[in-house]
Amino acid sequence: MSPQSRDAVDQGTSAPRPPRAAIEDTDEQIFGKVFDRGIMRRFIGYVAPYRRRLWLAIGCVVLFTASQLAIPLVIGLAIDRALATDAMDSRLLLMTALAFAAVIAVNAAANLGQDIIVGKTGERVLYDLRRAMFAHLQRLSMSFMDKTEVGRLMSRLQGDIGALQEFLDTLVTSIGDILLLVGIVAVLLYLDVQLAGLTLSVVGVLLIVRIVWLPPARRAFVRARQASSIVNGALAENINGVRTVQEMTREAINFARFEHKARDYLKATLRAAKFSQIMIPIVDTLTGTALAIVIFAGGTRVLDGTLELGVMVAFVFYVQRFFDPIRSLTAQYSVMQRAMASGQRIFEVLDVTADVVDKSSAIDLREIEPSIEFRHVSFGYVPGRPVLHDVSFKAAPGEVIALVGPTGSGKTSTAALIHRFYDVWSGQVLIGGHDVREVTQHSLGRQVGMVLQEPFLFTDTICENIRYGNRAATQDQVIDAAKAVGAHDFIMQLPLGYDTPLEQRGANLSLGQRQLISFARALIADTGILILDEATASIDSYTEQAIQLAMRRLLTGRTAVVIAHRLATVRNADRIIVLQDGRIVETGTHHQLVEQRGLYHRLHAMNYASFDDVCETEALGATSPTTAT
Amino acid sequence: MSIPAAEPAAGSEEATGKTAASPPVVSANVILRILRMAARHRVGMALGILCAVVAANFQLLIPRYLGDAVDHAQGLLARTASGRDVAEAALWTTALLVLGAGVMRGVFTMLQNYLGESLGHRIGYELRLAYFEKLQRLSFGYHDRVHSGDLITRGMLDVEGVRRFLENAVFRTITLAVLVGYGGYHVVSIDPVLGTLALSFVPFVAWRAAVSRLWLRRTWRTLQERLSELTRIMEENLGGIKVVRAFVAQAFELAKFDRASSAALAMSLRRIDLRYRNGAAMSLAYYTAMGLVLWVGGSKVIEGALSVGTLAEFLTFMAILQQPVRQIGMIVNSAARGSISGARVFEVLDLEPAIRDQPGAQALAITQGVLRFEHVDFSYRSDGVPLVLRDVTFEVGPGRTLGIVGPPGSGKSTLAHLVARFYDVRAGRITIDGQDIRHVTLDSLRACVGVMQQDTFLFSASIQNNIAYGDPEVAEERIAEAAESAQLHRFVERLPARYETLVGERGLTLSGGQRQRLSIARSLLPGPKVIVFDDSTASVDAGTERQIRAALRELGKARTTLIISHRLGSLMHADEIVFLDGGRIVERGTHAELLALGGRYRGLYDLQVRGADASPPGASLSESSRAQ
Repeated sequence: MSPQSRDAVDQGTSAPRPPRAAIEDTDEQIFGKVFDRGIMRRFIGYVAPYRRRLWLAIGCVVLFTASQLAIPLVIGLAIDRALATDAMDSRLLLMTALAFAAVIAVNAAANLGQDIIVGKTGERVLYDLRRAMFAHLQRLSMSFMDKTEVGRLMSRLQGDIGALQEFLDTLVTSIGDILLLVGIVAVLLYLDVQLAGLTLSVVGVLLIVRIVWLPPARRAFVRARQASSIVNGALAENINGVRTVQEMTREAINFARFEHKARDYLKATLRAAKFSQIMIPIVDTLTGTALAIVIFAGGTRVLDGTLELGVMVAFVFYVQRFFDPIRSLTAQYSVMQRAMASGQRIFEVLDVTADVVDKSSAIDLREIEPSIEFRHVSFGYVPGRPVLHDVSFKAAPGEVIALVGPTGSGKTSTAALIHRFYDVWSGQVLIGGHDVREVTQHSLGRQVGMVLQEPFLFTDTICENIRYGNRAATQDQVIDAAKAVGAHDFIMQLPLGYDTPLEQRGANLSLGQRQLISFARALIADTGILILDEATASIDSYTEQAIQLAMRRLLTGRTAVVIAHRLATVRNADRIIVLQDGRIVETGTHHQLVEQRGLYHRLHAMNYASFDDVCETEALGATSPTTAT
Repeated sequence: MSIPAAEPAAGSEEATGKTAASPPVVSANVILRILRMAARHRVGMALGILCAVVAANFQLLIPRYLGDAVDHAQGLLARTASGRDVAEAALWTTALLVLGAGVMRGVFTMLQNYLGESLGHRIGYELRLAYFEKLQRLSFGYHDRVHSGDLITRGMLDVEGVRRFLENAVFRTITLAVLVGYGGYHVVSIDPVLGTLALSFVPFVAWRAAVSRLWLRRTWRTLQERLSELTRIMEENLGGIKVVRAFVAQAFELAKFDRASSAALAMSLRRIDLRYRNGAAMSLAYYTAMGLVLWVGGSKVIEGALSVGTLAEFLTFMAILQQPVRQIGMIVNSAARGSISGARVFEVLDLEPAIRDQPGAQALAITQGVLRFEHVDFSYRSDGVPLVLRDVTFEVGPGRTLGIVGPPGSGKSTLAHLVARFYDVRAGRITIDGQDIRHVTLDSLRACVGVMQQDTFLFSASIQNNIAYGDPEVAEERIAEAAESAQLHRFVERLPARYETLVGERGLTLSGGQRQRLSIARSLLPGPKVIVFDDSTASVDAGTERQIRAALRELGKARTTLIISHRLGSLMHADEIVFLDGGRIVERGTHAELLALGGRYRGLYDLQVRGADASPPGASLSESSRAQ
């Protein structure tokens, strides 16, 4: 039974309704092929820029292996030529000692070169790969970013890249191992075919043992990894929700559940440990057997005079080395497998094509009239399920348009289309008379500013956050902007004023203060068109006063689309567009709409602070104006 | 529950101790402490040490037997063919002994490794539990100060770092010590000069190991810092991708990424340099010693002062040492990491939760549910500056409602947190039915106080499991009841999977109002006697809010209610309203009284009402109040 299903079962029995620690990442279960040519080829593409270094590294590997092989030979030579014969020759001994010194110098240098080149190149390739992924994510369309969780992407940027690093490290050692293995076999055969044949027969036994061992061992390793991610998921969830845990006094229950998971992990991992450790006595027994063969068969032949003593000593040395590469090669099997799975996940992201891209004929928007026009726009996120149906409206330069409507009516989608976060299905969105698909995204972004409901700030100083949309802004401009939106006073009260660093996304500021800073940020970006997406939601009335004031400053002289949450914002707009189910149902000023006695009037008369909950709490029959009176 | 790992020895007081920038912990102490924890597993530890010693001894036998074999083989060459049978028999014996020693070494190495892994995992398990348990008990004050990401890293990677240290370093160090110590003694006793030469690389390697340990530690730490900076940048970028796009800041973000990335890369490369240069120096020293043994030993053989077999034994002994000497680097590395990681874990484990049950605390005995604040002062900082609440006194009885209103930063939410003792008062006291809340158990207190917060945290689980979070065994009807009181039931009923619908990070996205109502239902489920609404209906529209409150009244229970809100409409019907400013109660009375008073409350009321008719501010407030 997989850990997931076990987990599910014990949730079903021991405690009826405990929230799952985390829903398991199905990716974890996918264990890729050991070798995927496609992935390898692409991976090599990232290694290609470092081709020369890598050749150098392989050169080092060859040298290293050769010197490894030479060391026992030199020792054997010393014994045979200089010591074991009757004519013991101290000059020859000195020469072999010097030869030994030369070999170890080469060995050390080659080893250093190999490790450093491979290690560094590996790091560089991974940093390149991470950058490629990060840069790719910057280009991908919002439709992809929307449906992909940050946590998931981060695990690819971190965990999967880490797995590849491990792989790259072992890749070169594997090459070294294979070379060493081949080298040892060759040298042994060269030294003495008969003894080599006898010794090597032991290897066959080891191979058979590994083949039997591998499948159950792999299952145990996979289980251990899964159990580990379950434990870590539970820990992370409890840390993130610790306030709720304490409020609800869930500590004891959670601890018991965590303990259970931790124990599962302990068991799984100890089982995996058994599998990996059982190989040690097996390999040692086989090594011992091979040594015994060398001693007895070799020794007898030394007695017969058909084998030189030095060759026997060399055999003794080689045999002890022999099993290391075999062992590490089979251990690298699972690293390879993990790397292939990781590589697959990484390239999966890299393969997502951006569907919003600049046309080759795209022009730069420069001096334009800040007007917005929607012409018969239909749009949706899922094929066959349109969110906007045939929406048409025009905002003249300097006009402030409010979009209102219940949740899911298409307000935010409409706003997003202006910035071309998505492409329309049919119809056109025009900015200053240009179809947004005919201009570069970069220049479009310079014309269209946005303020979002959640004022997202970066971990940086306040000054840098305000300058985010316009890096060229001077300190004075920053201060002016802050003053204009009424943020200056509270900023000056902070310990370092504008240079105060913001903690994790501005946690040291109140929501209202963060929103004011995001207004200043939009002001400095100075775009002709501005979109305010529920920018005043969930702000208390004191701050709201300040925000409303700031908003008026911000909107002065700009064309704006305001997605409104509160009636207060709406009634100030030049025009109000009421959306429902992706269609424009009413348009007009506040007074006109109240006169019309339609949906807007109805919402207004029902005293809703926001339109968000209308759908749920009230009857849905508000579509036709006649039902509302 | 008592967790052995939670050793409160160096207990720094949580309220005063700054956790973010801790003083550098002496690494030796950390290592010692980890070892002390390991030593509690007496049997495993003793067996592990035994196995390590035995395995090392068997390993040392092999060079001796091999040397014998060489001598036997050569011995006959030198003499005549007469003793051939003897020599062959000797070879046989040696071969079997080598095989036997190999098998035994393998078995004991296996046991030693397994015991090492098992010890590591057991300590990891204990640390993990202790860490988890501690985090759950650390007060809000602590969690306010410390990044959740940092805590997660400690619980995952640092516990792992300690575990690896135990697994890789402890028994291997013993093996290494036995090999070098006992083996060294043996070879020196055979031939003092040659033995000393054979061991000459050990002091060098030890010195390098000690020095590099310091370097590696430093590099590790810097690398970790830079990598977490990089992580932060990526996370922020992806989390705020809309802002990045809206301000066309992709190029800027990439530049930021590149800066952080190359800073981290530089450190990674430095680490590689350090590590491998060190490794190469060590192995060069090793081979140099081997070359010297070969040369000097060879000369001795020529002089006849040494047998070839003994020379072979020396060389094999050195070959056996090669592997563990290489492992020194790894041991040093994992000790460096283990001590840093251990320090970070222990730092948390040593904290004493600022809020905890007093010795002999009794369960809260609710008779009526009268909540009293008596001259309460509060500050988030231990030095008491600034005071967030000053001399706050009030009383609310069962069935009655107290409204609390005031500008942002006036201490409203703080007050809500004090009722459930998420923080302790600085002066004065808070009582429920006459019992000081500091003298009752936290569990019993929080079971009868329900605080509904503005910020809601939902778990990645079904709606049902989220509502039943405080009481997983509760009957389904009770869940539906709570949802109904929170005006959530009708919404849930319309979902395809109803109460089984997944919410949270990987489930259905709920609107702010829906989230708040879900969290209200969650808080209502255990049936708290004292309910505190901390602006918890801010995202809920006025109509729904009224329905929630009506439902609560209908529940019939004589609850004590505290409503904190910036919407006057939410609290104007309270039996008493207090106006907080700068942590003080500046006005108190009923809605009518406060209006008549013509003070701050009146000012706010005018602001909100006027806003409806003329300029923008606070239309929502006016809408709800006008509806009366």
